[in-house]
Formats: sequence, C-alpha cells, structure tokens
Amino acid sequence: MSDRFRSAIVGWLLLLPAMIFLVAFTHWPAVASLWESVMSTPKPRRPARFVGAANFEQIWADPIFWQSLTNNLWFALGTIPTSIALAMLMAVWVNDRLPGRTFARMAYFTPTILPMIAVANIWLFFFTPQYGLLEQILGALGFGATNWLGSKDTALWAVTVVAIWKEAGFFMIFYLAALQSISPTLAEAASLEGASRWTYFRRVQFPLLMPTTLFVLINAVINAFRMVDHIIVMTRGGPDNATSLLLFYIYQVGFSFWDTAYAAALTIVLLAMLALIAFIQYGWLERRVHYR
Amino acid sequence: MDRRQFLAGTAAATTLSIAAPAIAQNAPTEVSFFYPVAVGGPVTKIIDGYAADFNKENPDVKITPVYSGTYQDTIAKVLTAHKSGSPPTLSVLLSTDMFTLIDEDAIVPIDSFVKTDADKAWMQGFFPAFMLNSQTEGKTWGIPFQRSTIVLFWNKDAFKEAGLDPEKPPQTWAEHTAFAEKLTKREGGNVTQWGTQIPSTGFSYWLLQALAIEAGDIVANQKGDTTYFDKPGVVEALQYWVDMGQKMKVHAPGIVEWGTTPKDFFEKKTAMMWTTTGNLTNVKNNAKFPFGVAMLPSQKRRGSPTGGGNFNIAKKATPQQQEGAFRFARWLTQPERAARWSVETGYVAVSKAAYETPAMKEYVASFPAAAVARDQLEFAVAELSTHENQRVTKAFSDNIQAALTGSKAPAAALKDAQAEAERILKPYR
Repeated sequence: MSDRFRSAIVGWLLLLPAMIFLVAFTHWPAVASLWESVMSTPKPRRPARFVGAANFEQIWADPIFWQSLTNNLWFALGTIPTSIALAMLMAVWVNDRLPGRTFARMAYFTPTILPMIAVANIWLFFFTPQYGLLEQILGALGFGATNWLGSKDTALWAVTVVAIWKEAGFFMIFYLAALQSISPTLAEAASLEGASRWTYFRRVQFPLLMPTTLFVLINAVINAFRMVDHIIVMTRGGPDNATSLLLFYIYQVGFSFWDTAYAAALTIVLLAMLALIAFIQYGWLERRVHYR
Repeated sequence: MDRRQFLAGTAAATTLSIAAPAIAQNAPTEVSFFYPVAVGGPVTKIIDGYAADFNKENPDVKITPVYSGTYQDTIAKVLTAHKSGSPPTLSVLLSTDMFTLIDEDAIVPIDSFVKTDADKAWMQGFFPAFMLNSQTEGKTWGIPFQRSTIVLFWNKDAFKEAGLDPEKPPQTWAEHTAFAEKLTKREGGNVTQWGTQIPSTGFSYWLLQALAIEAGDIVANQKGDTTYFDKPGVVEALQYWVDMGQKMKVHAPGIVEWGTTPKDFFEKKTAMMWTTTGNLTNVKNNAKFPFGVAMLPSQKRRGSPTGGGNFNIAKKATPQQQEGAFRFARWLTQPERAARWSVETGYVAVSKAAYETPAMKEYVASFPAAAVARDQLEFAVAELSTHENQRVTKAFSDNIQAALTGSKAPAAALKDAQAEAERILKPYR
C-alpha cells in the first residue's frame, strides 16, 4: 500500500464522522423532502403515489399558508432591524470603559443562553391579562387591560418583542468582537482631529462594522424564518392563526395532521425563499460592503 | 416539546425492542408507557407510584412510565415512534384520536385480549358514555382512563358578596348570564373580577361543543365522517359565547388561556369557570375560598361532551408486551384503583363499580362535588371525533377563535368551518 493511498484513507476516515452527520441530517433530508413533495402522503391503506405539482397547487390555494407567510414577513420586519440596531447600540455601549462593564455585557447576553422554552414560559406570565407583569405596570400607569396574546391585533407583536429581546443580546456579541478588533489608533486620531463621538461612530466605527452587519443580517433573516419554539409555547399559532409562522405551520401540518407530503412541499417553498434571500444578500449586498 | 424526554423515550423503546429477544426467558417483559398531563397537580408522581405497585405485584412485567407533555405532544411522539417502528407499547391519548390511530394502523383492538368472563364483565363495567369515543366498526379500541366532562366551578364567597345564594349555581343560560352580570366587578373602565370564564385555547372546540349540546345540536356523527358545525344550535351556542364577552361584558373579551383559567379562578379574577372535572383536586387544594361544582347550565337541555384520554395498545409491539400492557390497563381500572385515581386527581372514575367502593362512598359523602361529573354523565354525549381529527378540530377551533376575537360573525365562522371539514372528510365516506 502506497503512503499516498494510506494517507488518503486516513483522511477520509477522519472526515467520516462529520460526513455521516452531514449526510444523515442535512443532505439526505433535503433530497427526501424534494422527493416527498411531489408524492402523496402514504397511508397504511393508501400507499404514496406520484402527484406532480398537486401539493404546490394546494399551497397556492391555502389561506393559512398565505397568512403564515404574511405573519412571517411582518415578524421579520419587526425583529430584524430592531434587534440589529439594538445589538449595535448595546455593543458600542459596553465596549467603552465604563464601570460594571462585565456585568452589563453578561446581562445583555443572558437571554441568549436561557432555554427557549423556559423563556417563553416566563414571557407567557408577563403577558397574562389582569395579573401579569406587563398588565400591572401598565395598570399602575393608568392604562386599561389588554389581552396581549389573546387578541388578534397584539398577539404577533407580543411574540415579536420576545424574539427581539432574545436576538439582540446574541448579535451584540458579534458586534462587540468586531469593535474590539478596530485599532485604537483610529480613535486616537479621531480625538486629535476633534471629532465628536457621533462623528466617530458614523464615519469610522459604523463603516468598519459593515462586514459584521452583513453576517448578522443573514443570521437574523434565517432566525426570523425558523422561529417555532416560542410560538408553540406561547400561542400555538392562535388566536385564529394570527401568530402562525411558516415553520410552525409546517410543524403542524407534518406532526399534527401527519400530511407529510404537504409538509415537504411547504418546506421546499420555505427553502426556495431562503435561498433567494441569501442570493440577494451575497450577490448584491456584499459588493456594497467595505472589507479591509 | 421536550426533546430530551422524547429522545429518551424513543431510545428506551428502541433498546427494549432490540434487546428483548436476547434476554433470558424469565426476565420481565418491558412495557413502555407514555402518558400526558392536562390538569394541575402531581400527576406524574401518582402514575409512577401506580407503576411501581404494579411491578411489585407482577414481577413478570415491567411498566416504564414516561411523562410525554401535553396530549398534542404525546400523540406527535407516539405517531413518530410508530412510523419509526418502535412505539411505546401503552399510551394514554385523547379518546378523540381514535380514528387517526386506526387510519395510521397504530393500535390493536382491545377485544382480542378479552378472554375470560371476568374480562368481559370488566369491559361491560365502564360508563356507556365513555365507550362512545372508544368504539367504532364494532370493535373497542381504547380503555377509558383519565376521562372527564366539563363542569362549572363557582366561588361561594363571590356569590355571597354579590347578593346571590352561595349554594345555588345557575341552572339555565339565562341564569348563568344574569348571575355573571351581578358577579362582574367594575372600577371605572376596568374590570377586576369577571362573572364567568370559558377558556378558548387548546380545547375551544370542546367548550363550544358543550354549549351546542345544551342548545340542542350535536357537532358530528358517530362514524366520524360528517360534521354539523353550521347547525342552528351550534350557531346559537357560539353567538351566546361571543355575546357574553362583547355585548353583555360579563366575560373577558378575546381569547382566554386554557392553562391559566384555574389560576384566574384562584386569583378571584373570575367568579365562575367552565373547565374539566379533572381539575377538581387541583381546585380543592388551591382555592382559598369555599367553592361549588355544578353541572353545566341548560338551554334546551343539559349536557356536556365527555373528554379525556384512553389507554391504547400499540400494534407494533410483541404479543407479550401487548398482553402486559393490557394487564396493566385492566389492573389500573379495577374499581378500587379507579376510585383512588378519581380521588387523587378529580377525573371521573370510569365504572359504576368504582362508585360502589367504600373508599369512594366515603369520599363522595365528605365531598359531594366529586359526584357531580358522574351524575352529569347521564346527559353526556360523545366528544367531537372524526377522521383526520386534528385537522378538522383545527378548522373548527380557528373559526371559533375568529368569532371570539370579533373578526367573523358566528354564523359565517361556523359556515367556513363546516366547508373546510366537508373538504377534509369527503374521502372517508
């Protein structure tokens, strides 16, 4: 056996564990979903058969899909800009040498490390009508009672707020890392020139953070479309589908109704949308981002 | 969903089915048992205790109970495990999921295990109302276990305060709203105590069904292939529910959470509540005021759907495992134990014989509220159960919520629900 052949085998063996997982949990499911999306759902008394685009036609005519999509777009619009802006603000804030800096960083990051289900249960209590935390605060300020999660007008915004609270701390970490890598000579130069804090942020820090912003933006978009656990705990998509997001709807179709073929077709639609967004982000936005 | 428990459960089930043949002949048969919790109280502790007792008395069978979340979580886990080939041998699932389980070919009929005369007598012993959601196609598919009806709880202190007789619950819809009007406490524009509360998440279809029965209509046929969501009685029922919140303003507007309803009752945010009798022990332990339990008020008639869960035995299990599961289910529904379970949780004991036991007689004498749900069984009908049950139920619940939140008129909402159910059920006729 030649040495080259041997080292090739060792190489592949080293790759094998990762490859098994990648194929089993990423590539195979993607291919299987594509295959299942053009079949009918197998039942013990009716095996799967080829149905072509029938599942996709059903999606086109499905009002709950369209509502979930609309909800999801609003949810994305509500979470992405706000959480990124908040993250940047918090990062700039805790990047400075201020007293209790470590504590502030930790406090901002805490939401990220808490288990999602626990977090959602805590917020469920905050939103409880009449005796929930939010109600007590607003009541003390003289506002009337609101059924935050039980009213169609407020339920989606209520879960959006929880998502922002959760996401901002996570993104802050990336911004903080990026800020730390900016050379202090720039700050010195700026202060010698007499630039204000705002000018320094706008003309120096913000442009240098752009690569991070692109990275964070892509993550934020993915997170907005893969939101499901908060919804399951807090509203189960209700009232009347007001908080049904795409992935939650896929879960419901797949694991409550056991219409696996339709769920596969919905997954393909979601994947196609995400691919399109990623394409725009990388193909168009990246060219506008300043890299050093 | 709790992934860890799910994985642990599936892993346990898988290991069992693989390991079983290798183990020596005299090792006990392993029976995995998934059960949900839908009411307050230490249910997991109680079930673990039963399993331990059974294992001690029956060394040849080993029951391993796994708490599996809500009813919805549990059926998702059981059916996923079924599709992967190693479901839990025994599971407690909503009795309404019967058609789904049959359509998925996931369970075996109980009849095949009933051999002796004692077995037959035991099968005959269940309250007939509970068998309505357990039998179809001339076979019995589930063994009634944690079964219930909807009852009305009322706060006697609140009644006294409002100038009502604390010993007299409302008997009719008209009385129900008249009482609720007196019980609603307003401070300017704010309400500090609502008169009544009917929860509308999780089981909104169930609560509406109660109102519909009282208004004189049932919502589906016994074969599970036709629904009657747009019948006049159902429309009247939904209209009444909506009006309580929006017109009479004696019920919190919008959607009311199922899970926090008992807490709202303890916190005196509502003076009456409609909920499962399964919450009885929870209320008994946590209400800091005298309370009463009553049958639901009537409109044309009295009534409530039955509810709750049955034991189901998995088709993909070995005959020994199935037999072990059957023995455990039979053991747990013996009169003494059914009585104990009823005392410990508040669920209705599933057989008449259970109410004849000395323990139960004593309990009912000291706490008459415990007999209300049993007495109501006389007026009970089957719970909504159809093929593709979750999907039909969702169409119904979505539209109920649409009406309660004011985005659709009750009649229009129910018409939409009926149209959707027609579309789903057509292939099953």
